[in-house]
Amino acid sequence: MTVSRPWQLTMRVLAIAWLLALLLVPVALIFYRTFEPGIGAVWDSITTPAAISAFWLTIEVSAIAVVVNTVLGVVMALALARGRWRGKWLMDTVIDLPFAISPVVVGLSLILVYGTTGWFGRDLADAGIQVIFSTPGIVLATVFVTLPFVVREVTPVLREVGDDQEQAAATLGASGWQTFWRITLPSIRWGIAYGVVLTTARAIGEFGAVSVVSGKVSGETETLTLLVEKRFANFDLAGAYAASALLAAIALLTLLVMTTFNRRREEA
Amino acid sequence: MSVIALPRRRPAVRSGALALGISTLWLSVIVLLPLAAVVVRSLDGGVGDFWDAVSSRQAVAALRFTILVSLATAAINAVTGTLLAWVLVRDRFPGKKVVNALIDLPFALPTIVAGLTLLALYGPNSPLGIDVAFTQFAVLLALLFVTQPFVVRSVQPVLIEVDREMEEAAISLGASNRTVFLRIILPNLLPAILSGAGLAFARAVGEFGSIVLISGNVPFDTQVSSVYIFKLIESDAPIGAAAVSVVLLLVSVIVLALIRLLGRWGARHDR
Amino acid sequence: MELAPKMKARTLVAVLTALATVLVVAACGGSSDEKGGGSTASGSSGGGKTTLSLVAYSTPQVVYDEIIPEFQKTPEGEGVEFKTSFGASGDQSRAVEAGLKADVVSFSVEPDMTRLVDAGIVAPTWKDTPTDGLVTTSIVAFVVRPGNPKNIRTWEDLLKPGVEVLTPNPFTSGAAKWNLLAAYGQASDGGKNPEAGLAYVEKLVKEHVKVQDKSGREALQTFVGGQGDVLLSYEYEAVTAQRKGEDVDYVVPDDSIRIDIDIATTVDAPEQATSFLNYVLSPPAQELFAAWGYRPVNEEVLEAHADQFPEPPGLFTIEDLGGWEKVNEELFDIENGSIAKIEEEAGVATSE
Repeated sequence: MTVSRPWQLTMRVLAIAWLLALLLVPVALIFYRTFEPGIGAVWDSITTPAAISAFWLTIEVSAIAVVVNTVLGVVMALALARGRWRGKWLMDTVIDLPFAISPVVVGLSLILVYGTTGWFGRDLADAGIQVIFSTPGIVLATVFVTLPFVVREVTPVLREVGDDQEQAAATLGASGWQTFWRITLPSIRWGIAYGVVLTTARAIGEFGAVSVVSGKVSGETETLTLLVEKRFANFDLAGAYAASALLAAIALLTLLVMTTFNRRREEA
Repeated sequence: MSVIALPRRRPAVRSGALALGISTLWLSVIVLLPLAAVVVRSLDGGVGDFWDAVSSRQAVAALRFTILVSLATAAINAVTGTLLAWVLVRDRFPGKKVVNALIDLPFALPTIVAGLTLLALYGPNSPLGIDVAFTQFAVLLALLFVTQPFVVRSVQPVLIEVDREMEEAAISLGASNRTVFLRIILPNLLPAILSGAGLAFARAVGEFGSIVLISGNVPFDTQVSSVYIFKLIESDAPIGAAAVSVVLLLVSVIVLALIRLLGRWGARHDR
Repeated sequence: MELAPKMKARTLVAVLTALATVLVVAACGGSSDEKGGGSTASGSSGGGKTTLSLVAYSTPQVVYDEIIPEFQKTPEGEGVEFKTSFGASGDQSRAVEAGLKADVVSFSVEPDMTRLVDAGIVAPTWKDTPTDGLVTTSIVAFVVRPGNPKNIRTWEDLLKPGVEVLTPNPFTSGAAKWNLLAAYGQASDGGKNPEAGLAYVEKLVKEHVKVQDKSGREALQTFVGGQGDVLLSYEYEAVTAQRKGEDVDYVVPDDSIRIDIDIATTVDAPEQATSFLNYVLSPPAQELFAAWGYRPVNEEVLEAHADQFPEPPGLFTIEDLGGWEKVNEELFDIENGSIAKIEEEAGVATSE
């Protein structure tokens, strides 16, 4: 439908006004404060050994979380949108839970399960695996808090697109896997794209839960968000903002990559 | 042997069951297991201690404020998020790509930076002359900032995929824009809007880092449940903290379920 | 169909990139946060390396960043590498209790050390040292705007009409308890008159404290951001802030509490941990502490800096108030403590 011109302009103005107050101006302020000391200072700030360690740790943890949650997210979306079973509302609710629980409690719950005095503590210690206060713990916390995104993005799209084509393919003799790969997956590409973007952004920006399970050992279990907090505590606000700008850059890059891939497909 | 080719339904059913099985296992290990640990911990002192912790005046006040402000956040996001998604998908204006790129930033930024920035913009030293820091409104502001992307990103992919044929058919039959929107587009978007709003609500309920900086954390006034829980942990009352967390979760579950029921009811009435 | 091959390629690239990244060793940077690639806290490479884990509360990081390289230049410190972790005192203590490896620990409130003693991680004899287990001390001071425009010098000045006081919430920040203990102690004559003490705290919290930040650092940020007329804080936080370029002044009131910062080695720590601890208590390290505003426990160094650290005539200690156990139970118990009750009533008043 083509919206009438006055309506279109009104919506555009409202949208932009909203964004200005609640997004553009705050983000502009962050970038302004970041680059106020100059690009050289910012570069120095993000290339200290601690910052480089934090950067790679954040990338590593987020990459794992994204891959894992994308695959499982699509699986869960299929179960919700294509499956025929009762109790979907229950799975829906459980999927949304990771957010409703305060981040500090997320961290503590992981310690209760995987920590040295936790449910699996003794067994893990015997096997020589350290989860809490080590990278696996950070990964677990990040996977936990980013769980809902891909499934929540993909499920409505799956429902919207409908399964006519999939049924047709099945009738023509395609196997389940072929149907999925060639029909379903392309139809949910934008859902996956935005799901990945959100998951990445959230994973790199996660602070509370990671703060509890990481142990904050500089150069080892310190993520970029933890580095931001440490710099803030040390009155290095410029350094804190610089590290935040790095996080913002990663998020922007992810969006760029995901939308470029999708755009190319549309033109194909 | 029959000559008719029967539709091969079995692979779909098998993979459906497989998807369900994997999903259940995954959710149980990653989500339910840690949450179960919290529930068990909350009952370490027996039901009496549990009840004492969750019925304390601060706990109740914090919970009420948290739920109300989170509902407001979700409701406002449902409207603004849909508006933004519409403008981003269906409109064209210079800088649209930039705006689209910035939408996710509230997620990527550490909550402390978000809090600091909002404090600078809307606090005592505000260049805009607006000082709402340390009020209930400040909490709403912080929540709107950090939950921005949810509804927008939820609606965008659906809006992109929506079948324009129905719209065009309706218009050619003489339906007004309003009718087309309310009866054709909105029902298609509703699951996505609700999904995004539900996530925004859930996140708002658990949000800690940005609120703790800008709200002042005054009990009975601007203290949210997550801050109260943090207080309990720092005061060596972990059982109380677990108990209040469990109640917070339960209430969130109820509200989320209601949001979904609302959606299903709304969708059914329109078709 | 063009889509499938591109889809496969894209997914493959994504997965491979992720895997490759996963295989990249995360610690390929280092632990130093010095700009311009300064010397890392990793020490020189040599045979027989020991690694010490220092887990401490957040503020003295600036000092340890200087102490550690100096220690590594000494014969005892040669070849010793360091892993450091800094965070809120209570959180760090709980982390060590939950399994975070630590050889040397330092906290800003004694209960955080007691927790580790109870868990068997720190020996009960940790206090039997010439410095009573302390590494530095400080006092509660008033942080004010440059030039002290409202002329705030005494605890009575805090109660003047219209004066807004900032202090972190004592329940979210264990270390912030010192502020209210100072307020309580000076009004109760060093603990002898609890009613008077509580009456003061009540008036302070109900009428003059509008905002309760989560931590001392956040409270300072709020203060610098334009809120409030005076901030209750540690003397060394004010000095460190000034050294880092924050535009603040501070006043040492006549009555205040001595803030005790403790340090100990853990039971399983290697002997280098004890060497490090001894170094931290020795004059070179104590000098570094003094430069950042911490009151040294080493007598000679303290004497040398007597001008910088005037002793308040009405200085009292936590012992005068009955010790931490008594204070935590009577004042800070989250359900029944007197200060908890004051807080609640203050909140109710604000919301009406």
